[in-house]
Amino acid sequence: MPIRRTPFHERTAALNETGLWSHWSGHLAVERYQLSEKAEYVSVRNAAGLFDVSPLFKYWFSGRGAERFLAGVMARDPRGLRPGEAHYALWCDDRGFLIEDGVLLRHSEQEFVLTAAEPNLAYFEDLVGPRDRVVIEDVSPEWAVLALQGPRSRGLLTGLDERIGRLAYFGHGPATIGGHEVNVSRTGFTGDLGYEIWCRAEGALDVWDAVWAATRGNGVVPFGLQALYMTRIEAGLLLLDVDFANSRFAWTDADRATPIELGLGWALRDVPTTDRAFIGRDALRGKMRDGSSRFRTTGIVVDRTDWRRHHDAAGLVPEFDHRAVHGEQYLYDDAGEQLGYVTSFMYSPVLQQHIGIARVPVSLAAPGNRLFLEYPVSHRYVHLAATTARLPHFNPQRKTA
Amino acid sequence: MAKNKTVATANPTKPTAGQPVASKPAKSTKEDRTYDAIVVGGGHNGLVNAAYLAKAGLRTLVLERRHIVGGAAITEELRPGFSFTTFSYALSLFRPDIVAELDLVRHGFMPLLMPSTFCPMENGDYLLLGPDHGANLQEIARHSRRDADAYNRFEHDLGKVLQAFKPLMDNPAPNLFSDDPDETLALAELAGRVKALPKDVLHNALRLLTGSAADFLDDYFESEILKAFMASSATVGTKVGPRSAGSGLVLLFLSLGEHDGAMGTWSFHKGGNGGFTQVLARAARTLGADIRLEAPVSSVITSGGRATGVALEDGTEFYAPVVVSSLDPRRTFTELVDPRELPTDLVDAIRRYRFQGVSSKVNFALSGLPQYPALPGRDDHYRGFVNIAPSVDYVERAFDEAKYGWYSTRPYLDTCIQSVVDPDMAPPGQHVMSCFTQYTPYELRGSDWDAERDHLGANVQATLESFFPGFGDLVLQREVVTPLDIERVAGLSEGNIYHGELFLPQLFSFRPAPGYADHRTPIEGYYQCGSGTHPGGCVTGAPGKLAAQRILGDRARARRDV
Repeated sequence: MPIRRTPFHERTAALNETGLWSHWSGHLAVERYQLSEKAEYVSVRNAAGLFDVSPLFKYWFSGRGAERFLAGVMARDPRGLRPGEAHYALWCDDRGFLIEDGVLLRHSEQEFVLTAAEPNLAYFEDLVGPRDRVVIEDVSPEWAVLALQGPRSRGLLTGLDERIGRLAYFGHGPATIGGHEVNVSRTGFTGDLGYEIWCRAEGALDVWDAVWAATRGNGVVPFGLQALYMTRIEAGLLLLDVDFANSRFAWTDADRATPIELGLGWALRDVPTTDRAFIGRDALRGKMRDGSSRFRTTGIVVDRTDWRRHHDAAGLVPEFDHRAVHGEQYLYDDAGEQLGYVTSFMYSPVLQQHIGIARVPVSLAAPGNRLFLEYPVSHRYVHLAATTARLPHFNPQRKTA
Repeated sequence: MAKNKTVATANPTKPTAGQPVASKPAKSTKEDRTYDAIVVGGGHNGLVNAAYLAKAGLRTLVLERRHIVGGAAITEELRPGFSFTTFSYALSLFRPDIVAELDLVRHGFMPLLMPSTFCPMENGDYLLLGPDHGANLQEIARHSRRDADAYNRFEHDLGKVLQAFKPLMDNPAPNLFSDDPDETLALAELAGRVKALPKDVLHNALRLLTGSAADFLDDYFESEILKAFMASSATVGTKVGPRSAGSGLVLLFLSLGEHDGAMGTWSFHKGGNGGFTQVLARAARTLGADIRLEAPVSSVITSGGRATGVALEDGTEFYAPVVVSSLDPRRTFTELVDPRELPTDLVDAIRRYRFQGVSSKVNFALSGLPQYPALPGRDDHYRGFVNIAPSVDYVERAFDEAKYGWYSTRPYLDTCIQSVVDPDMAPPGQHVMSCFTQYTPYELRGSDWDAERDHLGANVQATLESFFPGFGDLVLQREVVTPLDIERVAGLSEGNIYHGELFLPQLFSFRPAPGYADHRTPIEGYYQCGSGTHPGGCVTGAPGKLAAQRILGDRARARRDV
């Protein structure tokens, strides 16, 4: 059984100079197109980059009861979304632990589409009750999604269809690209100004070619997963199975986390007062009321002087490795007691600092608290001075402007 | 007085909070024109110095002669949409500590990775180095299989020397001629560090400090193009050929920088090096420094052997107990002050101090990318330096002409098409190309630069045409910046890009003169912070920072003594 190829494969394969591929949701996904993922990253932050998002799962919710159904399943209230609007969505189990997150786009009064990292069709379908008037379709293979992310994305896409230039942050709407009717959302996973173009799989290559032609001479390059991971850590965007686990498949509660613990409380502002019944409401409300969160997710920044000092002392040249580290590293207080842990880590070239996404005690979650990162230098662990920092680490004005 | 107004400078990168834009009214009373410190010159070292002084709470004024800050690190839009890096064009040696301490990222600091180095050859072949080490070894092996692992040995050996030398960039040079116990201690510490070096590291250091780059490289490589690439870079800004003693030192010095920790690598700052000095200006202003443009200083005012202020060319005076010159040593000691106020040994040393600039810049606006016949339709070889030095002989011959007072018929060119990496520097599909050009001696025998400027531009263009057929058809505009222009516009004596040669007798405890390397001067309250002071030229910021530390230390000591 060959691994699936996305609708853009013919183009991405021709551009992949490294021959490096990952498997993402059973699809071939480019690790990096060029010999340097950092060069791709620089293009995203300084011009724009193209990324093939097609492997995401996409679910189409339609019917008179679509809104009501989603309002009962999603922890974030979808009823405020108007057609042409989208938001960051998340859904929890009945104990308030996060199952997954995605982006929910409202296409009309009765039509929504939701992205997800993992299959969720059975989960959603099994929640449909006899009185629900909703049809759920997995439209994942039918839709190809091409992201253009970075400061030049708006100008370049507006040149293809002026309607795109009017999209607000997390807005979406129809456009014509490469002779095809597409839907463009001002969304992405880089924390930058950026867009995602949703097109039918049959038209994918035409859409790619039109975007490709429109972006020549503008420093726009395709970028792979490695550069994406760099941008998403800077953006403080959580990755499933890295920064949190799907509560349905976690073995213990130690692996589970609530949205509050994950720093996503901003998406749940209505929870204390809403009469909306949704899965996990009472549990989340209880945790908000009694403050029973076990930890908070925050940024951390490693002290630059300490980084250099420890490497110098060991006779090493300090390294500044921009590649994303998806694995746990441990945080301590000055007495050597473990306080928490880092789930994602990198050296950010744009910020000129080592940064991470971390879980720390609630009392230490505010920015500027001092702690120590356990890090191997010359074959032994040292404790590097670090401070908590607000997420996102990188948050350019252009993202929402 | 209108000439001295504070002018908000254009910001070529992005708007940043904390940049005051309103012009302040010209100051009139003596009190209004009195500061804690005055920095003469708004180049990168002047700005760094002012930022540190302001950060320490000193009311600090920067006086810049021109309408923009940056000195020799400026970006100018000479043609709508085309940003030229008039002089300085890449970044590597700027001290990382300064980035952190002045919070430069917040003000827009953004060095961009240069993923490639391209070296065309006269037979149409090339050496193309990129970001993948293994791929580079294969590319080198294409020219010499032996050189592939020699390259690893070279990088390791050089890296060990660089590691040993780096601390010198961030610390003051000890005064060998002082009885001050602190200086004796510093010298002892240095001796201890030297003594701790492994035999081979110390020996390699000595070979680099005293020998030629060509000799050093011959020990490793047989590939002509690889040697030519490294040996040519070992002459940048300096009146040496690759086979001259002294080029080894330049090779070492220019490798002392880093980009994100990768030793010896360079980057393009967003918006060019002018974009970078705008970042410094924003940082300095945010920390409280005043920056006055179009305020040329004519002299430092002294009273009873100490500095009390400065006078502008229009006669306006500003007062401060600390005056810092970021100008080169000739201007610092023979123009801003009366040399008769100075010790004879210093004046003699400054008179002997070698400037003798040999570099020019030729900048192009291009309607498209040049084509290299062996790489048709590709552009990934233009994402870093394009080094026009096909052989060591080529560079040495280019140098030969300079020895006899003329400029190279076939010059060595260190070029880059910055708009490939930073598309904001030119309109879509069009480009700016910076060509550092050697050798072009400041003093020409039997002619002058005003007469030869166009011919130099034509020389450079013809050289490029020989490697990139059709190059001339792409040229929309050509800017030629001779050593004389560097002197006139940026104020660097004899057009030396480092404020004086990077020769061993002009470095470390001898820069700019033996016994005067501590950023002080014999005039109390008068300090020096330009590239003509330790640790030297290039956009390092180190002289500016070390001078600020000296000034702040002296102030603290003076307060203790009172």
